[in-house]
Amino acid sequence: MIWVDTVLQGVLLGGLYALFALGLSLVFGIMRLVNLAHGDLIVLAAYLILVLTTLLDLGPFMAALVALPVMFAVGWTLQRLVLNRVLGTDILPPLLVTFGLSVVLQNALQEGFSADSRRIPAGWLETASVPIGPISLGVMPLLTFASAILVTLALQWLFYRTALGRAFRATSDDPATASLMGVKPDAIFAKATGIAMIVVTIAALYLGTRANFDPTTGPARLIYAFEAVIIGGLGSLWGTLAGGIIIGVAQTVGAQINPEWQILAGHIAFLAVLLIRPRGLFPRAFD
Amino acid sequence: MALLQTRGLTARYGDFQALFGVDMELAEGETVAVIGANGAGKTTLMRSISGLLRQAPEMVHYDGRQIGAMAADDIMEAGIAMVPEGRKLFPSLSVEENLLMGCHRRKVKGPWSLDSVYALFPILKERRHAPGTALSGGQQQMVSIGRALMSNPRVLLCDEISLGLAPVVIRDVYAAFPQIRASGASVIVVEQDIGQAMKIADRVYCMMEGRVTLSGRPGDLSREAIHDAYFGANA
Repeated sequence: MIWVDTVLQGVLLGGLYALFALGLSLVFGIMRLVNLAHGDLIVLAAYLILVLTTLLDLGPFMAALVALPVMFAVGWTLQRLVLNRVLGTDILPPLLVTFGLSVVLQNALQEGFSADSRRIPAGWLETASVPIGPISLGVMPLLTFASAILVTLALQWLFYRTALGRAFRATSDDPATASLMGVKPDAIFAKATGIAMIVVTIAALYLGTRANFDPTTGPARLIYAFEAVIIGGLGSLWGTLAGGIIIGVAQTVGAQINPEWQILAGHIAFLAVLLIRPRGLFPRAFD
Repeated sequence: MALLQTRGLTARYGDFQALFGVDMELAEGETVAVIGANGAGKTTLMRSISGLLRQAPEMVHYDGRQIGAMAADDIMEAGIAMVPEGRKLFPSLSVEENLLMGCHRRKVKGPWSLDSVYALFPILKERRHAPGTALSGGQQQMVSIGRALMSNPRVLLCDEISLGLAPVVIRDVYAAFPQIRASGASVIVVEQDIGQAMKIADRVYCMMEGRVTLSGRPGDLSREAIHDAYFGANA
C-alpha cells in the first residue's frame, strides 16, 4: 500500500511540475522561444500574490485572481517591448536576453524582498487532507493536480477550438504566410506570452502556498519545467502534463527508496526518456 | 483607372538587385498574367505587392493609396490576397482550418465562403478534416487558392500555381478561374507555363532579369516576340 501512496503523491506532485511547464511549453510551441526566465517569472508572480494577500488582505486564491491580469500585462509588455525584438532565425539572442532577464529578476527581487524565504499563507488548507481508504491525500496537492488538468484542458480548447488558437498554430507553423492571412505575428506572440503568464500565476499560487520560496528559487523550477516539456515532446500540452507526472512519480519513488534520491530520480527519469524517445513521448508530427 | 499599379518598382536582396523599375497595372475585373523564366523577378514582384518585401510607399498604388511600405497583414486587410509560391499550407491545421485562416482578419461579405469554396473544389469538402499537408499537390493548391478567396479579395495574386503539378492537375486547378473571375476579383497570375497564362489572361507582362520586356493582349503578341522577351533576343 505504501507504493500506491507513493505513486499517488508523485502523480499529484507532477501536477505542480506540469503547471510550471505548461507556460514554457506554450511559449516554445508558438514562437520557438526558450524562456530562461520562466522560473523567475513564476517566483515574481508568487511575490505578487504574497504582496496582494498582505496589502489587500485577500486569501491566496483571490489574490491570485487579482494577479492574473497583472501578470498577463507583464507578459504582453515583455514580449512587445523586449522579446519580439530578438526573435528570429537565430535562437541565441532570445536565450541571452531571457538569461539576462532571469538575472535582473532575481536581483530585483532580492533588493525588494531580501533573500529570506517566504510562503503564501493558505490557512487551514495547508494541512487539510482527504482520506481515501488507508491513504490520505492533501487538499492542496489535489487542487494543484486538478488545476493542472483544467489548465491543460483550457489551453487545448483555446488552441484547437478558437480562432485565436488557430492563429497561434498558423503563426507557429509559418509567420510570413500567417501575415498573408492578416495575422500580426508580433501581436500574436504578445498574446501568447500574456496567456503563458496567466498559467505562470496559477503555478505561482501553488508554488507559494505549498513550499517556501525566495528570489533564487526560479532556476530550479525552470529545470523541472524543461524536463517536463522535453519528456512530453516539445509543444505538446498533454505531453507536458504527462512529463510533469513522470518527474513527480520518479521523485517520490526515488525518495521512497532513499530520501537523498528524490531530485536525482527525477533527472534520471528525464534522461531515460531522452535515451529511449529523443523527441519526447508525444512529439508533434511535423516538427 | 488602374486598381493596382507598380511605378518604377525596384527590389533588392542585399547587394543583389532583383527588380529594375517595373511598371505594371491591373484594372478592376481584369486578369493579368506575368510570365518569365526562373529568376526573372516574378516572385519578387508578387512579394513586393503583397507586403512580404517592403519597398518605398510610392512604388505600389492600390485603390488610390500608396501601399509599397505597408505590412503584409495590412495589405491583406485592404483586399489583396495571395496564393504563395509552394502553396504554403499550415501543416498543423486541417483543410478547413487552413481555409478559415483566409478570413481571420478580413471578414468581408461577398461571393466566397466555406460553402462556395467547397462548391468550387468539392474534393476539399470530403477531406476537410484531414491535415492540409496530407493532400496531393493539386488538392493543396486548391486549398491555397480557396484560402485566399475566403477573404473575398478585390485582388488575387497567384504565384506559380502550376509549379510541380502534373498537366492534368494543372488543368483541374485552372478550371476554377472562370468562376473566380466571375466573382469580380481582379487577378494577377505569375506563370512559367506560357500556354496556361495566355488562355486565362486579358493582358500579359513578360519579364526577364528584373525588367518588363514585353506587354500586351495575348492575341496581339507573336510567338517570336514572346520568345525573345522570355529568353532574350539572342537565345
